[in-house]
Amino acid sequence: MIVNNKEPLLEVNDLKTHFFTENGIVKAVDGVGFKVYQGEVLGLVGESGCGKSVTAFSIIRLLDYPGKTVEGEILFKGENLLRKTDAEMRKIRGKDIAMIFQEPMTALNPVLTVGFQISEALLMHFKISKDEAIKKTIELLEKVGIPMPEQRINEYPHQLSGGMRQRVMIAMAMSCDPILLIADEPTTALDVTIQAQILDLMRTLLREFNGSLIMITHDLGVIAEIADRVAIMYASKIVEYANKRTIFYNPLHPYTFGLLTSIPRLDMEMKRLNVIPGIVPNPLHFPEGCKFNPRCRFMTDRCKEEEPQLIKVEEGHLVRCWNIDKVAPEVKKDLLVGE
Amino acid sequence: MNRILRKLFSNATSLIGIILLIIFVTIAIFAPVIAPPLSEDYYQIPRMSWDINPQPPGSPMSGDIRDIYDYMGTEIKYDRAICGTAEGGYDIFYGLIWGTRTAFKIGIITVTVSMLIGIVIGSISAYFGKWVDEILMRITDIFLSFPFLVAAMVLTTVLGRGLDKVMIALIVFGWMGYARLIRGSILSTKEETYIMAAKALGVNDGKIILKHLLPNTIFLVMVQGSMNIGSMVITAAALSFLGVGAPVGYADWGQMVSFARNWIIGSPGHAGQYWYTVLYPGIFIVLFVLAWNLIGDTLRDILDPRLRGEL
Repeated sequence: MIVNNKEPLLEVNDLKTHFFTENGIVKAVDGVGFKVYQGEVLGLVGESGCGKSVTAFSIIRLLDYPGKTVEGEILFKGENLLRKTDAEMRKIRGKDIAMIFQEPMTALNPVLTVGFQISEALLMHFKISKDEAIKKTIELLEKVGIPMPEQRINEYPHQLSGGMRQRVMIAMAMSCDPILLIADEPTTALDVTIQAQILDLMRTLLREFNGSLIMITHDLGVIAEIADRVAIMYASKIVEYANKRTIFYNPLHPYTFGLLTSIPRLDMEMKRLNVIPGIVPNPLHFPEGCKFNPRCRFMTDRCKEEEPQLIKVEEGHLVRCWNIDKVAPEVKKDLLVGE
Repeated sequence: MNRILRKLFSNATSLIGIILLIIFVTIAIFAPVIAPPLSEDYYQIPRMSWDINPQPPGSPMSGDIRDIYDYMGTEIKYDRAICGTAEGGYDIFYGLIWGTRTAFKIGIITVTVSMLIGIVIGSISAYFGKWVDEILMRITDIFLSFPFLVAAMVLTTVLGRGLDKVMIALIVFGWMGYARLIRGSILSTKEETYIMAAKALGVNDGKIILKHLLPNTIFLVMVQGSMNIGSMVITAAALSFLGVGAPVGYADWGQMVSFARNWIIGSPGHAGQYWYTVLYPGIFIVLFVLAWNLIGDTLRDILDPRLRGEL
């Protein structure tokens, strides 16, 4: 399960994706970099609008106008995806890198049968007959736990429940045995019980095909369930990057810390739930210096003037903050209770 | 599909539309039985006399005409102008029956072809966007800036007389509405997640347009199209009425109204004396257009996305 020191399957370096709008340039992703190893799950965490979905779309190069990746490298199996032609990219999408979307309600075409939508990808990427594709589709539906797949393939999305649709989405994404799966908040639109089932299913499938997963979410519970490593994003940048244990028990960025203390806990006496004060800054007018400074309780003068770099605190733990020394003792005090 | 049919038949207005349409289809199919042709050219309305004045309903075929047919050895299968004759002795009944075929031809061919052109241009324009959209939509604008009837008239005049020329003119100036319509709905549909999902699976552009976008958007155009069949027939009739449509004597309702032009008010002291010259073809045109409009209305109700929940 855990990291091997092989070559990474996916390596993103200094990715910059900007949106050129009438009101100015929105730097939706500004210098993001991470590595995903074979068989590993990377959790990409952040609140809405922090650039996590844009990162995902930049990787499979499905950004619509006015979005454009202006700088950086996306090395997939050693090859830079940004240099590929559209036709080459199309062959990679679905076959090597697949994506699961947030809303199973809208991510399936309402006028096409479930069977058609799954077998379409198969027919697109493999030289197989329609019958074989249908057979494979039935197998896939069985694998994701849909009862009576022979009947289900002729049904339309509206005839399925939310959880069922998300299973279909997973079957679609898994259809061509991809080695990298990008899941964009796959459980957000589901009931909690269904969420657990879907996460279970994804974990089982991942183990089976030994693929990697980038799990995009704002739900730290999901991360706790499934991720190996976590990248916390805030305002277009990664602010902390570490393995799951470190993120939960020894975070060093005030934002991560704030997120963790704002989760209601049963094992601690709490009078009020903590919140991070303020709101996410407008991407058109990011604050000077550290982008988190207006909301940070550890803020110093330096934070207002100079933006910190990602500093390596120990092997595999990067933090973007000037005041790690001040944060660390607070973290010890507040978080250790639960351990 | 079943649901659509059930809705079509359960609604009174649409039922009227369907019944009218069935009647017209029957007339068109059985035209050779209802009004047996007297010459090789089926669409040529036979003349019942050489008289310039219209003859009232029920008047028999005149002697000279009978002689000609006898001379040519043609069997005279019917010899009475049931609905009277128009100017120049043209048999109104024959024109009405065979004109039904003409109406279907004009309506269905022009609408189908212009719909296809509109769909191709509109979907390419919307899907690829940017400069493709800009160029195609400016071309559409240019075509839209011509007044439809005048443009069609000019083009028919340039091309020459004949039903095919009329249809060409109607298509050339009739596809823009469909292009605009499909562009608009594809622009909104292409932002849907399922289109992104299909792209993320590596589906190519052609398939996305054909299999994912068009099935979601085409119903609007279908409704528009079914309503336009009627108005296309009206426009063709108008062109014929203005004398730039079908050739003289061709079985076409517009032409028949045009024959009636000089006789609409009747003769001095006998207002409405020649009522049959304008009334019969007029009724046929109105009912034909009405049938298509009623069906189009119902189709719109059925296919309205807000009501489409249970599909």
